Amino acid sequence: MIRFTKVSKQYPRGGPALEEVSFSLRRGEFAFLTGPSGAGKSTILKLVYVAERPTSGEVRVDGKSSVALSRRDIPQLRRRLGVVFQDFRLLEDRTAEQNVAFALEVTGAAPSQIGPKVARALTQVGLASKATALPHELSGGEQQRVAIARALVNDPLVLLADEPTGNLDERSTRSIFQLLRDINASGTAVLMATHDLTLVRDAGFRTIELNRGRLVFDSAADDPGAQG
Amino acid sequence: MRLAFREALRAFERAPMLSMLSVTTIAFSLFAFGLFGLVALNLRQALQQVEDRVEVRGFIAAGTAPEASSAAVDDVALFPEVAQVRLVTESQALERARRELREFTDVFEEGLLPASIEVRLKPGFHDPETVARVAKRLENYDFIDDVRYGEEWVRNLYRLRNIATGAGLALGITFALVSIIIIGSTIRMAVLARSREIVIMRLVGATDGFIRAPFLIEGAIKGTLGGLLALLLTWLAVQVSGRWVMQVQFFEAPLALLGIVAGAGIGLLGSAVSVGRHLRKV
Repeated sequence: MIRFTKVSKQYPRGGPALEEVSFSLRRGEFAFLTGPSGAGKSTILKLVYVAERPTSGEVRVDGKSSVALSRRDIPQLRRRLGVVFQDFRLLEDRTAEQNVAFALEVTGAAPSQIGPKVARALTQVGLASKATALPHELSGGEQQRVAIARALVNDPLVLLADEPTGNLDERSTRSIFQLLRDINASGTAVLMATHDLTLVRDAGFRTIELNRGRLVFDSAADDPGAQG
Repeated sequence: MRLAFREALRAFERAPMLSMLSVTTIAFSLFAFGLFGLVALNLRQALQQVEDRVEVRGFIAAGTAPEASSAAVDDVALFPEVAQVRLVTESQALERARRELREFTDVFEEGLLPASIEVRLKPGFHDPETVARVAKRLENYDFIDDVRYGEEWVRNLYRLRNIATGAGLALGITFALVSIIIIGSTIRMAVLARSREIVIMRLVGATDGFIRAPFLIEGAIKGTLGGLLALLLTWLAVQVSGRWVMQVQFFEAPLALLGIVAGAGIGLLGSAVSVGRHLRKV
């Protein structure tokens, strides 16, 4: 469903962010992207949701190639993806349910469908009782749940999570991670960037490790020589 | 579309001061434009009235047969530039002089003033060259002694009109550009204030057109409100001028409406430029 083939990315100012990275993620799979800061984890996620384009190589997402994808095709592709970040990126002046509904409204969903879908997404993340709370009235973990509900409301093929527990205490981290596991168990693929090695070790999911833009380890690769 | 309108109105609700500042700034720049427009309009009208009085007068030699003068009048009436031709006989000229210059009534005697052919030109034919050409053609008649049309005066009048039109156009375009830049900046502030929202919209798959729409509507609403406020200010200025300085004419309804439409258009253009630039960046 996601396939990177010899992908390199060079930012105009700065060194190479990725060098010849190849891997793929199947439907319904859970994978961690690990590595130190600046290893290229966020760049990989950005290449998936087409906030960046590869300098060379090809990124294929849901059958769409980065080589052929026009600017006009990007919104349609993003509707098939859910993205969450370390800083939640919620709209501070809107309630939890309005934040979730926003993702449906701006993609032209039928008004009659919005209410039930939002309620379902908030229930899925365990926040149905706080639907009318504003972000500042919620804890960090709860805010991240709202962000996850927003990412899920369009029934994405894959959930991309960029350090989703980076701003959370250990308890919230565990509970958010459990939520991501549940989401994955219901069939949504998850690609999660993190540098929380304890979390990675304990979970036992596939791990793709990056260092200085190179893929240095992929626990799913049969042939170690094919890595990187 | 309903959502776009809701979002546009929400912008006013969320940042009332910034919105008011935008509307007021637009209003003042359009007001300056409107004031100049009024000056130009009134100056043009005044000049038009003066221009309409431009007249070529050919004096007929004494003893000319009335048939010859009448034939000439019919002939001159066929010139394409000519709006009206009148034959003023000696007695009519005398009568008019006595009426207009009462204190000199006893000075005017029969046969003192010559008969003449008075020619008025159509609008758009008051430029010095056309007037001189008509005068020349009138001079060609044998029985015309002299032709007068205030050559210097026509030339100055025309020059003044050209300057007024040119200055009006140049200042109008300048003010319109300034308005577009001001509106662009105020919308830019609104865009920046909502950059977080824009990032999220893009992330969840909103199209550029969808993201743009509320800002365009916001710009158009601000432009329209600014235009209305500018119109009100201009109207007040006319009232104040009428009371303390001089009577001036206000814009007619279609022109006033055009002003508001221009406001909306400027708002739309300013925000389109601003949002477009922002969307290319993020």
